Amino acid sequence: MLLRLENVDTYYGQIHILQDVSLEVNDGELVCLLGGNASGKSTTLKTIIGIVRPRRGAVRFDGEEVNDRPPSYRIGRGMAIVPENRRLFAPMTVKENLEMGAYLHGGGAQEDFERVYSLFPLLYERRKQLAGTLSGGEQQMAAMGRALMSRPKLLLMDEPSMGLAPILVERNFEIIKEVHESGVAILVVEQNANVSLSIADRGYVLQTGRIVLSGAASSLIKDEDLRKAYLGR
Amino acid sequence: MTLGRGQPSEGGLPAPAPEPVDAADRTRVGVDEWVAEAEQRRAAQTGLSGMVVRVWERIPAPGRLAILIGPFAIFPFITSQGNLYRYGLITIIYALLALGLNIVVGFAGLLDLGYVAFFGVGAYLYGIMASGHSGHHLQAEIAIPIVVVSTGLLGLLLGLTSWRLLGDYLAIVTLFFLQAFVIFVNNANGGLNDFSYPFVGKVDLTGGANGLDQIDPFNLFGYHITTTKGYYFFTLISLILLMTMLYFVNGSRTGRAWRALREDPLAAEVMSVPVNRLKLLAFMFGAATAGFSGTIYGAVQSGAFPGDYDVGLLITIYAIVILGGLGSIGGVVIGALVVNGAPELLRSSANARFLFYGVLVLALLVAMKPWYKPVIVLLGTIAFGFAVHGIASAVWSRGTAGHIEGGGQFGRGLEHWVLLPRHTQSIAGWAYFALIVAALVLTMLHGWQRLLALIPTLYLASFVWENKLVEQVSGATRLILLGALLVVIMNVRPSGIFGTARVEIV
Repeated sequence: MLLRLENVDTYYGQIHILQDVSLEVNDGELVCLLGGNASGKSTTLKTIIGIVRPRRGAVRFDGEEVNDRPPSYRIGRGMAIVPENRRLFAPMTVKENLEMGAYLHGGGAQEDFERVYSLFPLLYERRKQLAGTLSGGEQQMAAMGRALMSRPKLLLMDEPSMGLAPILVERNFEIIKEVHESGVAILVVEQNANVSLSIADRGYVLQTGRIVLSGAASSLIKDEDLRKAYLGR
Repeated sequence: MTLGRGQPSEGGLPAPAPEPVDAADRTRVGVDEWVAEAEQRRAAQTGLSGMVVRVWERIPAPGRLAILIGPFAIFPFITSQGNLYRYGLITIIYALLALGLNIVVGFAGLLDLGYVAFFGVGAYLYGIMASGHSGHHLQAEIAIPIVVVSTGLLGLLLGLTSWRLLGDYLAIVTLFFLQAFVIFVNNANGGLNDFSYPFVGKVDLTGGANGLDQIDPFNLFGYHITTTKGYYFFTLISLILLMTMLYFVNGSRTGRAWRALREDPLAAEVMSVPVNRLKLLAFMFGAATAGFSGTIYGAVQSGAFPGDYDVGLLITIYAIVILGGLGSIGGVVIGALVVNGAPELLRSSANARFLFYGVLVLALLVAMKPWYKPVIVLLGTIAFGFAVHGIASAVWSRGTAGHIEGGGQFGRGLEHWVLLPRHTQSIAGWAYFALIVAALVLTMLHGWQRLLALIPTLYLASFVWENKLVEQVSGATRLILLGALLVVIMNVRPSGIFGTARVEIV
């Protein structure tokens, strides 16, 4: 068991966001977390990476409870995140962005760069370009490359298809699949149910802060309840 | 789809990537026309400023440092004592101060309005340790490290507020810190209102509003720095060391993390950057730099006075950093040169005249494209002036009777070009008013109309200059001109002289 959330409750001030959320990601698994707007998807990721702390419940990573650990500790243990909207450092070059991803490893070893560049040759071409001048699809690659620089065991992705053209969304998920096949476990948060379930092993569906459905991706994709819970019809 | 690939773009873009399995397929993703266009724009960047920037970027770092510092190194040998102080020493002290602020504001992006207080603390602390006022005379090689460490620690304390306060809120708190400092030094003279300190009772620490006087000159390992030239070189060497250090810091892991923190603290945090520790580090470095500059300033002035460390100086230093380009090391030095040098130059009317016409011509050349347009306007203005002058001398002899004082060859030439009535007061006043109206009208015109209207406007501007502004050159005009100069520079380079253009992710 790589990641395990046990009955997690997260609050923003007085507002109860996550209610009794339990989920798990095994080694080398690709899990997707679906849900509509304001269903708590991003908050789940923030709780996992440590930007917000749960009020009750436990976050276990790699067999260790990390509830009170800051993000840097969790990243050191093998988490990495591609934040929502990518959040690259716009006035820094692509290479500097990658170096930021490997902050804990002193800015990245040669092999880290080679690994990322061979996965995204385009980033090599653009490495001296400012990240803010990249197009949406390129930024998504740069953000993934940046996250992979810290040699993660678990990659958290927050809405990777946001703001991308449909053809790029598909391409993007092919890349995610490729990263997954290289041995990284991935937890991807998405609104786009069809595309993400088509590559995932398992899926969870969140609705107003509760897990309402879970199961193998192949069964979820055919599930009538999913349509009801998620599409509202 | 393949537009972005294989473009002949300059700036040494990469050699082909290590051959991946399906490179042709994969590299197409995300390369769209916008990116290709953006790259072409960069490669095609023409004009004077673009060329200068490109050449500058190609020079290796030591060369750039030498080009920036070279003139400073020669300066003491070609100028007088007074000029060395006004243009040289003060500029370098400003540059040191601005470099320190650049760490806090430019690198780490923390809006610190209390920065100047550390400059003051440096001067006062040195004064307390080595002056006739306090009665102690510590060696500078002991006093300076003490000052640097204590201002650094003080910066650390103030920096703690940045853990919870951001942006405007941090600005308010730090500004209060500066005000608290000014009020403290104004009152800590052991007088009636002063504190009674533990163990020692009432002590005259700062001399109150009269300042702390008789500060010792630097006594470094028994060698006394007494001349302006001596301080100049001491400060210049400090500047070189600081610039070199900052250059390496900027390229280091910490420097990158600071910039990441400035752009997006949350993203930096999830890249495992210790955000709070880096904020403190920035505050500490900045404060220590300011404290160090303060000891030099205190020793040079041989005194520390409360009025020197107030909001006015803060604005000047911010102007330097913004003008030079936030986060740019070389830019800050140029910024200091402009912000300190320009108003000093403008004190004499001959200098001011050259600067006035120079900036006008330069602004035209830079702002108008293509190149022949400003040339037409300039030639047109010159011809227009001679024509007006010729007509006026025939029909209104009083209108050309005035003289230009101390303009040399250039001034005598101007006498044949610009109208110089004998009694200028009221007519120049009206002309000033007309000039403002003309400038407003100009903004509403376009194309050839604007070009034509520019000619009489420019002539009117030089008329107003020669008949009204030049007389008050050491007063209000100086500040008006400085303001105009800053506006022109910031218009040409919106992110500062050496700043990199802001790129927003949208």
